[in-house]
Amino acid sequence: MSKYKALIGLEMHCEISETNTKVFSSAENSYKDIPNSNIRPVDMAFPGTLPIVNKEAVKMALKASMILNCKQPEYMYFERKNYYYPDLPKGYQITQETKPAPVGIYGKLEYECKGEKKIAVINNLHLEEDAASTDHYSSYSTIDYNRAGVPLLELVTEPCFHSADEAVSFLETMRSIYQYAGISEADSRKGQIRCDVNVSIMDDSLDESDMNNWGTKIEIKNVNSFGGVRDAINYEIDRQTELKENGEYDKMEQQTRRWDEDSLSTIYMRSKVDAIDYKYFVEPNIPKYKISKEWLEQIRKDIPELASERKAKYIQKYGLSDYDATIIVKEKNVSDYYEEVIKLGGNPKKASNWLTSVILGHLNKYDIGINEIYLTPKMLFDIMNMVETGKISSKQSKDVLYKCLSDCKEPQVIVDELGLKQVGDEDTIRPLVIEILDAHLDLIEEYRKGRNVFDFFVGQVMKATRGQANPSLTAKIIKEEIDKR
Amino acid sequence: MEYMSKSIEELHELLKNGEVTSEELIKESLDKAHKNQDECNSFVTIMDDAKGTKVTDELLSGIPYGIKDNYSTKGILSTGSSNTLKDYVPFFTATAISNLESKGAVGVTKCAMDEFGMGGTGTTCHTGTVLNPWDKTRMTAGSSAGSAASVAAGVYPYATGSDTGDSIRKPAAYCGIVGYKPTYGMISRYGLFPFASSLDHCGCLTRSVKDAAIVVDGMKGIDKNDMTSWDSSNINLYKSITGEVKGKKLCYIKELCDINEYPNANDELKKHLSNFMDVLEKCKSIGIEVEEVSVDKKLLDALASVYVVISCAEATSNMSNLTGFIFGPRGEGKNYIEMMKDHRTKGFSPLIKRRFVIGSYVLQAQNKDRYFHNAQRVRRLLVDRWKELFKDYDAVILPVGSGPAKRLDGSKDILDENTKALEEHLQIGNFGGFPSITIPDGFINDLPVGLNITGNCYDDVNVLNIAHAIESTMPYKGQIAKEACHE
Repeated sequence: MSKYKALIGLEMHCEISETNTKVFSSAENSYKDIPNSNIRPVDMAFPGTLPIVNKEAVKMALKASMILNCKQPEYMYFERKNYYYPDLPKGYQITQETKPAPVGIYGKLEYECKGEKKIAVINNLHLEEDAASTDHYSSYSTIDYNRAGVPLLELVTEPCFHSADEAVSFLETMRSIYQYAGISEADSRKGQIRCDVNVSIMDDSLDESDMNNWGTKIEIKNVNSFGGVRDAINYEIDRQTELKENGEYDKMEQQTRRWDEDSLSTIYMRSKVDAIDYKYFVEPNIPKYKISKEWLEQIRKDIPELASERKAKYIQKYGLSDYDATIIVKEKNVSDYYEEVIKLGGNPKKASNWLTSVILGHLNKYDIGINEIYLTPKMLFDIMNMVETGKISSKQSKDVLYKCLSDCKEPQVIVDELGLKQVGDEDTIRPLVIEILDAHLDLIEEYRKGRNVFDFFVGQVMKATRGQANPSLTAKIIKEEIDKR
Repeated sequence: MEYMSKSIEELHELLKNGEVTSEELIKESLDKAHKNQDECNSFVTIMDDAKGTKVTDELLSGIPYGIKDNYSTKGILSTGSSNTLKDYVPFFTATAISNLESKGAVGVTKCAMDEFGMGGTGTTCHTGTVLNPWDKTRMTAGSSAGSAASVAAGVYPYATGSDTGDSIRKPAAYCGIVGYKPTYGMISRYGLFPFASSLDHCGCLTRSVKDAAIVVDGMKGIDKNDMTSWDSSNINLYKSITGEVKGKKLCYIKELCDINEYPNANDELKKHLSNFMDVLEKCKSIGIEVEEVSVDKKLLDALASVYVVISCAEATSNMSNLTGFIFGPRGEGKNYIEMMKDHRTKGFSPLIKRRFVIGSYVLQAQNKDRYFHNAQRVRRLLVDRWKELFKDYDAVILPVGSGPAKRLDGSKDILDENTKALEEHLQIGNFGGFPSITIPDGFINDLPVGLNITGNCYDDVNVLNIAHAIESTMPYKGQIAKEACHE
């Protein structure tokens, strides 16, 4: 790649999952297992039905627009994008175009890629409705209209990324923003995020700020995971580089390809000449309406603390390492969980250790989210508290936590069931210590000469109590007893 | 005793006094509907199982009426007079119709119309041509053809209509009755099969201005299912008709009304315009000021094209839901594209297909600015010019069309270039969303003709009041169609 550089642009579609209803319909906006159970007449385009704009969805879209430092429009308009497809019951999608202005236009966002700060240039952000979902079988297809009309945000960037790493880092930043701002779960496993990617390459020596130096834009449709985005970009860069090397690049026409997950390659769909003319025009059933300054002000005030701000707080206020803070803020649910433990009074550093060393490992192992585990922030706090107050040892606490996760029982119940308790009273430990010291008088001499045998004594007490003795109390008593002699 | 030729006020009195029951009215109406069906072919459906309702203080309670077939009616076939929906039985009712139902009105027919409202002749209904009850060799005009023919024939005192260009107001004129579309958004369009959403209006056809006011009072109201509807709860049209018009000012447009503008004028046009001028004199006699104004002929000549471009563009998109997959007869074919093509090829009449092609053409990227955007610009210019007129005048008064109903054999939606603007000016009422009402104003060769009054948005009361006063100077109020005697 040294001879060439890639210019990569993204179109990121993200469903808004946090509104109660769909974007132009009063049907519930929630994922349902039973097909076609979440629909109103308008979602299936029965004759005479009309779209009603969901103000909450507009509000969330404007919020995203502000976070992306875009310009918000004075008036809200929607457009019709006309095309025929079985998943589009009306025969058009209600969306927004760049003229008149959509919810957001011309913004930029700072993001981090491999520890380096970069700027993504946003062309526009628009609010639209999702299509139905279809499944194709050998002799028939099924359509589920539950998804038809779910609010969708489409973010279009300029070709401002130069590598798959940059593109994916940006997408991860965006996912985090959508989650933190309460706009979307942004879960690609639920199909909430879908991307189109465009890639072109140019000679590295040329000036990329001059559009005339850009290569031929290849658009790749329907990439549905960040891993897919990475693979598709890398595949396409390699493919185009090879064409350059073979002198065939200039023959390549502007085209649309699709990412095929089975063959891990991009496949030709259509040439630019065959591009669909969507015949956009302003949606007449939705009167344009003015967005008041007061409303925008209110929305701006409601933007919550985002990942970057939380991360700074964790490092500066809680003393976490950059590494741990990054891990915790990556998923909003994890960060929320963490904040909850701290709100309950948990020690920030210890809570961070629990999360990064134990709980996240468990989540990864079973590929589940933090809200799907039995262990609540309160339970984690309780376990931490038991250690803190000497009720159980820190070794025991790990067993309790794993058991809590696997058996779905409260920590206290597990402690009781296992008969776990820390032997914390002096009257039990002291006689044991005396007995052990008596049996190892030679070692006491060694200790006085400066040899480190202290841990051996502690170990012996632990052995005698099957790990239930409070280590710090034990150490204190041993020291006292040795000093007495 | 026959009741269906009476006004809503009269019927309400009779019902209240127990001189007739709702059941009896329904029965008479159904009998007349069957007779009218045989004579004029006005209906897609006659609801023989319609039941009388309780008579309340609501003026519309217990009284039968007709519903244009592009209103969605729960459990009742609603076709829009198109083969694409020939078996479609909706599971929800249009807001305007449920508003009428809630006042005790009883729908007894679904009226035939030009397919999806896209036509002005009454000849493109999937059930066949609707004939004019005054003369069966003539058209009713459309698209509210069945509604107009049945109200004129005295099947019931009123029927609902819809109006995208002149679809209520033109057939009303040709059938000698009243046609009124209120300000855009006064009546919810939820459940009305769309033709061109920015131009579509709900409204009614009646035999008097007061009845029109009563019916629209019954249909209107803000609706959470239609974002373009507005709250008119402080407006009672019927009660606002005072008959007081002294000092009101009307204008008519020289370029449309002056006979000298039409060097090739035929006899009908001459009579029509001179009759209109006579009516203007009557207006003056009751204290209304009437003045002639001038409007740039270029602007007037553009209006028909503006209408074609905008209405076809919106229609192409609005009717893209008609694929035969979710509703309507399923097409045949190996894949969804073939099935959809089959459904649409068989389902739509040639006229509609032509309009889809136009709509698609004017929206294509390379044509959009030249046609669609320019049409929108001229629409704005026309509306601005009319709004300017409304600064000085309460309303614009104009003759409807170039004479009485056209013959069914000769003309097929073809316009004479000379009288194009005269034929099409009612579309300005749709461009601006203006309240607009047609009333009968005379006869030419025993065939009715009409005039139109159009006012500014939200000025419905004023428009109705003026129309009522002018109606009172003439003997056509409440008239029922009589077969014209020909030479």
